[in-house]
Amino acid sequence: MSVALHINYILTDALKPVEIQVVDQSHLHAGHAGARPEGETHFQVIIVSSLFAGKSLIERHRMVNDLLFDLLRDRVHALSLKAYAPGEPR
Amino acid sequence: MMQQTVPNTVFERIRGDIGQNDVVLYMKGTAVFPQCGFSAAVVQVLSQLGVKFKDINVLEDNEIRQGIKEFTNWPTIPQLYIKGEFVGGCDIVREMYATGELQQLLESKGVSFNQAA
Repeated sequence: MSVALHINYILTDALKPVEIQVVDQSHLHAGHAGARPEGETHFQVIIVSSLFAGKSLIERHRMVNDLLFDLLRDRVHALSLKAYAPGEPR
Repeated sequence: MMQQTVPNTVFERIRGDIGQNDVVLYMKGTAVFPQCGFSAAVVQVLSQLGVKFKDINVLEDNEIRQGIKEFTNWPTIPQLYIKGEFVGGCDIVREMYATGELQQLLESKGVSFNQAA
């Protein structure tokens, strides 16, 4: 399974998003510290879930960070996150 | 809960730095020469706001690099502290700047910045 799909599965399972996009942006960081030749190191996640309603930005990031703890420690170098509750302005 | 794997002296150094400086940015590289795009983005926000800050280059200190992640319980660098309080990483700082929340936070904490920015 690709890392992007793995991230998608974990977040979809736990956060029941109404919308989720996981984009592998590793090619934008090729050669940069933390990039690996085989890629799959840099990701952007856009996720919309009602579980984010009433939560601060830090709380939302912590929810996602906690779910992806193992991947962030071992595999993923950088994760850019946009987390919204349904209906919030983008 | 994350298990602590760095010596207590590392946490003491972090507490000292964020206690003695109003604004501290743990980053890869320096304010003058950031070595990561995410760190550079936060430097850019702080520079646009004219905020004075202490930059701490985690690439030069592996204990701090690991220690700050455990101290904050946050897996990535950069990390911004204002008056001893963790504000966020690159995404959060940029979003707070765009909405004006960052400027409100600086004002409420009594940290001077360029109000016109």
